[in-house]
Amino acid sequence: MRYMTDRKRATGLGSARSGTGHFWEQRVSSIALLILTPLFLFPLAYNMGDGYESVRAAYGHPINATVAVAFMLTAFLHFFQGIQVVIEDYIHGRLELVLIITMRLMSASFALIGTIAILKIFFGA
Amino acid sequence: MADVDRGNRPLSPHLQVYKWPLNMAMSILHRMTGVALGVVTALIAIWFFALAWSPSAFETVNGLMTSWLGWLVLLGGVVSAWFHFVNGIRHLVWDTGSHFGQKRVNRTAVVGLVATALLTIATIWVALAV
Repeated sequence: MRYMTDRKRATGLGSARSGTGHFWEQRVSSIALLILTPLFLFPLAYNMGDGYESVRAAYGHPINATVAVAFMLTAFLHFFQGIQVVIEDYIHGRLELVLIITMRLMSASFALIGTIAILKIFFGA
Repeated sequence: MADVDRGNRPLSPHLQVYKWPLNMAMSILHRMTGVALGVVTALIAIWFFALAWSPSAFETVNGLMTSWLGWLVLLGGVVSAWFHFVNGIRHLVWDTGSHFGQKRVNRTAVVGLVATALLTIATIWVALAV
């Protein structure tokens, strides 16, 4: 049992490092996805199930390629921002840190996998 | 307050004894669909990677994606995407401090579910009919 109040324990430790920055950035990426999701999803649905040449040609188009790259980068940024909050809510201690770092690296990796692939298709078209 | 030892005392009725209000289900679904979307979008990234790699790699990955299990996963992804999209708009509106009344919350939840269904049907229509 501790005799200090929560306020007393927090005093002098400085800020929580990032303040409202995380909240704000997550709103911005969500607004970006309100625009990008329909632009990405409908052409993807249109092309899903088609053959190699047809899909290559579709994503060789500048509009589809630009939207797809923007979606990959924004979606995985937003995913990491969201999953970080979920992990922080349910898991505490060392595992929390390990999972947050793991998810950050995985989000960055898949964003790159998608981006590099689309750029190769676009420049190769 | 959090440090006070309350002993082994009976707890007041907690979450599990109440009927789930619709908005509680919407909130939990928002998180679940968010996690699911991370997985499905990763699959889409792999699909693009195979498309960039070679025709045979694309054939393998595309074959898995367009198997019946693949289509089922993609359908789940589409439903999740539109649910998270629509419910995300509700959250953005709430962030401005608006539409918090109980009636409004319930009404936007129903509108959100209908919109999710319509957008899902539109996406399936684009995938199949166009």
